[in-house]
Amino acid sequence: MPPDAIRLHEFPGGVHPPEHKSESSETPIAALPLPELLSLPLTARSGPTTPLVEVGETVRKGQLIAEGKGAISVHLHAPTSGTVEGIRELPLPHPSGLTGPCLLLRADGEETWEKLPPLDWRTEARQILLDRIQDAGIAGLGGASFPSHIKLAITAPVDTLIINAAECEPYITCDDRLMRERAAEIIEGTVIAKTVLGCERVILGIEDNKPAAIDAMREAIDTAEVTVEIAVVPTKYPSGGEKQLIQILTGQEVPSGKLPVDMGIVMQNVGTLYAIKRAIVDGEPLISRVVTVTGEAIDRPGNYEVLLGTPFSHLLEETGAGTYSQLIMGGPMMGFELEDPAMPVIKATNCLLAPAPGELPRQGVELPCIRCGACANVCPASLLPQQLYWFARAGEFDKAEEHRLMDCIECGACAYVCPSDIPLVHYYRYAKSEIRTRFLDRLKADHAKERFDARNQRLERLKQERKERHKKAQEARLKQARDKGELDEKKASIEAALKRVEAKKARQQDPASPAPGADKES
Amino acid sequence: MPLQSSPHTQDRMPVSRLMQWVLLATLPGALALFVFFGWGVLINLLLCAGFALAFEALILWLRDRPIKATLLDYSALVTAVLLGLSLPPLLPWWMTILGIGFAIVFAKHLFGGLGFNPFNPAMVGYVLLLISFPAQMTAWLPPQSLAANPASLWETLHFIFTGSGPAGETIEQIRAGLDGFTMATPLDHFKTNQGLGFRTEEILDSPVYGGLAGVGWQWVNLGFLAGGLLLAFKKIISWRISLAMLIGITVMAALLWGVDTDAFASPLLHLLSGATMLGAFFIATDPITAATTRKGRWIFGLGIGALTILIRTFGGYPDAVAFAVLLFNMAVPTIDYYTRPRVYGHQKSGHKKAGHKKFGEKS
Repeated sequence: MPPDAIRLHEFPGGVHPPEHKSESSETPIAALPLPELLSLPLTARSGPTTPLVEVGETVRKGQLIAEGKGAISVHLHAPTSGTVEGIRELPLPHPSGLTGPCLLLRADGEETWEKLPPLDWRTEARQILLDRIQDAGIAGLGGASFPSHIKLAITAPVDTLIINAAECEPYITCDDRLMRERAAEIIEGTVIAKTVLGCERVILGIEDNKPAAIDAMREAIDTAEVTVEIAVVPTKYPSGGEKQLIQILTGQEVPSGKLPVDMGIVMQNVGTLYAIKRAIVDGEPLISRVVTVTGEAIDRPGNYEVLLGTPFSHLLEETGAGTYSQLIMGGPMMGFELEDPAMPVIKATNCLLAPAPGELPRQGVELPCIRCGACANVCPASLLPQQLYWFARAGEFDKAEEHRLMDCIECGACAYVCPSDIPLVHYYRYAKSEIRTRFLDRLKADHAKERFDARNQRLERLKQERKERHKKAQEARLKQARDKGELDEKKASIEAALKRVEAKKARQQDPASPAPGADKES
Repeated sequence: MPLQSSPHTQDRMPVSRLMQWVLLATLPGALALFVFFGWGVLINLLLCAGFALAFEALILWLRDRPIKATLLDYSALVTAVLLGLSLPPLLPWWMTILGIGFAIVFAKHLFGGLGFNPFNPAMVGYVLLLISFPAQMTAWLPPQSLAANPASLWETLHFIFTGSGPAGETIEQIRAGLDGFTMATPLDHFKTNQGLGFRTEEILDSPVYGGLAGVGWQWVNLGFLAGGLLLAFKKIISWRISLAMLIGITVMAALLWGVDTDAFASPLLHLLSGATMLGAFFIATDPITAATTRKGRWIFGLGIGALTILIRTFGGYPDAVAFAVLLFNMAVPTIDYYTRPRVYGHQKSGHKKAGHKKFGEKS
């Protein structure tokens, strides 16, 4: 197989922020001392889970402690052995700053494992493998945390599996390190995913700023004797965006509102493929992940194997954090600021960035937009960010939609270059959430109207039915009466009564004849 | 400290820096104007700059907006310099102030200030003056090398602030060339003589022409071209607009010239005369009032260029950049609407409603 045989395509726009990769990429992945208390959000990004353990219960490492019940929920396992201390409502590591129930686990330091039985993916049925991926609680580790068992379970024909190893965000190197150190396992996970998907082609998309990782992967591919096309793509943010990487590698665009699978493509992050291998071959559920801890405030930046639920403060202590200006989960382009260092590492945590004061610029005074169009030049989706900004600002959400706001991937390239320091992504998130809320309101209103109409129809129907019933009953009564001859009797009695009245009238007109009962009155 | 939205990093050239670059880039052209047309150029610039800042501060105070921060964005100074560079050197002081006041107060702030004005403020000020005082506004001096008696600093000040020279001489005497005749700009001269029925060849015999185009004016235009190329290179302006406008001028002028070289001026004369280069690199490229889409910028520039030639040739004024720019400023929303780029994942370009689907709607 000739290396780099794939013809690469270019996506429009993009930016080249300082990479800051070498700070964390040159030391091996290290383990951290066990934290005393772990906090495991039961409302993960992908959906709610139901706890299966009682407060006070002792759990083993790897034990299923909460079950994903929602359509896109994933299971949660105990990252270490210990005692369930309680379930408390705590702030979640999420851009919204929402709170949610978190299971608190006090580590006992024993690390007693409860593994799943290893599976041989060469012989097991597809469904068994998918069930295992679900049982191991695997979600996409690239950041979006979409459940892997759903992504891999699609029945539509898939011809290409793309391994996303671009890692285009500055500072983050967890995928880079993982590839350098555990390439063989990633490739084994890839082969499992390929088997499950039943696809022909596998492409590894990786930015050209990771030569060591490229070499390691190439070696692993040669050893494993699988065909994986390696596509070394030019370093440009956001080449690791799902839509952008597909465009680079295939020249095709994911149609708006559709998914890559509609084009026969499934994309998996290297970390996810590694987790799939561990789940199937080693019987280990997803309880830890590699996290890049970096930023000038960190004394020992690098990549660490971190148990889920580990508080960020533990990471900071163990890596010797000094004064930082802010804490960011994720990279500087798309990450979000953490309100509280006590928040825990979750499946979506690829990086903890602790910049020293002055390392990253803070949001300054927002100046008026001068329509310079720098944002449009860098937008990878070919949107007109300045127009979207005006519409979002003015509350003209229909126009924003018409200008394809919903196709914005929130990569932040526009705000990165804006001369007026406008937090554009913030405006777009606001407008998008407004559009979603309005859509839901519209749905609700439509639903309510449907219900109201249905109720009116039902009442009308009941009224008609009642009328019908009454009419029928009346007719039945009349018929019955007629049948029994009661009707004639009734007629006769009415006629008799009428005659009596007439006779009485006649008597009153004739004063000579006293009214009957008149003497009684006097 | 409130939490901030992503991205948490940036690589931007702040608005103030953009404006400073624009100011810097006007220097070669401004210097050429000063060399050929004397002290009046400098006095106009100083008057415009001073009063622009004063008007800006005043209206910011009235609007209860931050004064210092806004003055430091340098946008008022850019407006002042662009207007100042467009004014004839001996224009009475109060006209200059009227122009810059109208530009800042009406064209800029009554629309909402920086970023909200649909029309280029400097050109609004210029056109107001041109329409109100056509005689004074077209009374350019001859280039100093051709002037019978170039105005000294003292004479210039006297003219600007009193309307006549220190010895009571009229502006016409100062405007006289070496041959004793009042001199006009190359474009003005061409237009007048064309109207009188002269052929191009005869017109170009006049001493106001020489070299590539008009004496003095060609250097002014080359100066603005040099500064403009710097801005385009620094990606401060959209090179598409500038290039499109120059193409528009060249093509339209070439068409007319090709029809009758005797009746019309050559593309080269048009390219290096009047406000061509100032317009192409400093006026039409004002991002606030220009088209923002890639295709739109081509249309915008081509339109301004073509319209400039049409008005210069068939209209009532010798130059037309200001009118052409303002007319196309008006067309910007429409141009932008119909030239939206095709968005990722969509088949058709933006304006085709067929592709527009509301959020949540099934395809």
